Amino acid sequence: MTDQVLFYGETFTSRLLLGTAQYPSPAILSDAIKASGAEIVTVSLRRESTGGKNGRAFWDLIKALNVRVLPNTAGCHSVKEAVTTAEMARDVFDTDWIKLEVIGHADTLQPDVFGLVEAARELISQGFKVFPYTTDDLVVGEKLLSVGCEVLMPWGAPIGSGKGLNNVFALKTMRAHFPNVPLVVDAGIGLPSHAAQALELGYDAVLLNTAVAKAGDPVKMAKAFALATEAGRLSYHAGAMEARDMAVPSTPVLGLAFSETL
Amino acid sequence: MTTKDIAIVGSGVMGLTAAHQLALRGARVTLYDRNRDVGRGCSWWAGGMLALWCEMESAEPLIGELGLESLSYWREHFPHVINKGSLVVAPPRDTPDLKRFAARTSHFEVIDGKRVAALEPDLAGRFETGLFFEKEAHLDPRKALGFLSERLQKDLGVRFVMEGDVRPEALDADHVLDCRGFEARDVLPDLRGVKGEMLIVRTSEISFARPIRLLHPRIPVYIVPRDDHHFMVGATMIESSDQSRISARSMVELLNAAYALHPSFGEAEIIETGTDVRPAFPDNLPRIRRDGKILRLNGLYRHGYLGAPALTRRAAEIVMEGKTFPEVER
Repeated sequence: MTDQVLFYGETFTSRLLLGTAQYPSPAILSDAIKASGAEIVTVSLRRESTGGKNGRAFWDLIKALNVRVLPNTAGCHSVKEAVTTAEMARDVFDTDWIKLEVIGHADTLQPDVFGLVEAARELISQGFKVFPYTTDDLVVGEKLLSVGCEVLMPWGAPIGSGKGLNNVFALKTMRAHFPNVPLVVDAGIGLPSHAAQALELGYDAVLLNTAVAKAGDPVKMAKAFALATEAGRLSYHAGAMEARDMAVPSTPVLGLAFSETL
Repeated sequence: MTTKDIAIVGSGVMGLTAAHQLALRGARVTLYDRNRDVGRGCSWWAGGMLALWCEMESAEPLIGELGLESLSYWREHFPHVINKGSLVVAPPRDTPDLKRFAARTSHFEVIDGKRVAALEPDLAGRFETGLFFEKEAHLDPRKALGFLSERLQKDLGVRFVMEGDVRPEALDADHVLDCRGFEARDVLPDLRGVKGEMLIVRTSEISFARPIRLLHPRIPVYIVPRDDHHFMVGATMIESSDQSRISARSMVELLNAAYALHPSFGEAEIIETGTDVRPAFPDNLPRIRRDGKILRLNGLYRHGYLGAPALTRRAAEIVMEGKTFPEVER
């Protein structure tokens, strides 16, 4: 049986979603995506890039990779802006998938969860399949599901911070409460071990960008993340041991010669 | 031996340095440009930083090699190179970016706030630490273009045909060098445009001796001092070939960064804004492509002044001496 993740009726084997910004060059971006095995990449839409054929070269390069494109509304600070960007993205990238970001704070890039729910409702009514970038707040998650989101993407830590999973308790709570909703840790992942940890918690996938794009060798780091997500997923299926406070010898001592005389 | 007749199309830093390298090697050179004045493309809007070690933060090693050669070229042939190094700083909360920058580059000194203040008195008390790339240099691109163009015409007998909108294919010469930058995209299908936007501001409240890079996770900028209290603030990098105008967002970001570097920039006059499209290949490295008797020199990306002299030296040696340069002939 193959172990696949389901997003809006489509199945994928890779559990690593990769962003396409900030790479040293398109050639390195292309090699990194190949090395990562990612089947979904996010592409942010800057308005300049959409006027006619102006951004075509970059878009052609992404298309040549044969991966599913998940456009995002990165950098949008209001519902209206996010909805407009999503509509443009639908035209440019020819998909009804949208990673919805409504930024609420300029410094922390924290999602504006009120605007997020509102924008998600509007976009879903227009037929979009929304991947919301949200916090780890359970109630916000419920609201997003109630307006029709079929995926939730809570942050691990602020975008680009590389701090890993800041609130493991909240992430576990979400997993426990939404056992059948595909959950993706989006943002904050800095190391392959963070990605492995998310998968070990039972998260369906991770989405990251800076950790690969800004690595010394992005292609090598992409491969490292591919292995880490695979390891994390295997570990989740394997059923981890319970941690405990006391040492337990891995080799039994009882019955060994001379053990009774010690 | 007969003198070789060379035609060059494009009078940006690529075309001008190509003309220079060829004229130095005894060729008879005619340079064509569709504009009335020289260098009115990307070269006009460039920062003019000869910052090869800083560029290693994101560029391939080849840029370092070309950059080192180009730095010597400018020092030898252009009398107004400013050899004061460059300075890299970051706001306190972005020190991880400074660490990353240091890890990816070389030929710098980590300096403390006192040293920052000694180098740039107007930054006193503003930054606790910085990276000083002492061996780097910078120049004013517009001065360099003017100087080269005059020297080529007055001393080296290069003929300039301005407002000559010619196609390289239509020219009758022993060799034609296509130095048109992004205009050549119809014959270079893997060439793409990377939009860049910049500002020139003026304030007499502060002065800098050298280019300063301010690291920021989203909008890294550099500020290059020019004559008469002018400062060039640049530059955005957007995957787009839109050549229209600077966007409000880019202007806000550039000015914000300048203001973060020093609040006096808040009072500066905005003298000029500029937008153009850098020509780039997928690996952001320049190339020389042979196409019959045409050599297409392109893809300098953000490394115009840093790459052109070294690339055109190679082109000149291909044409005059039959050499090959696999590192750029791809």
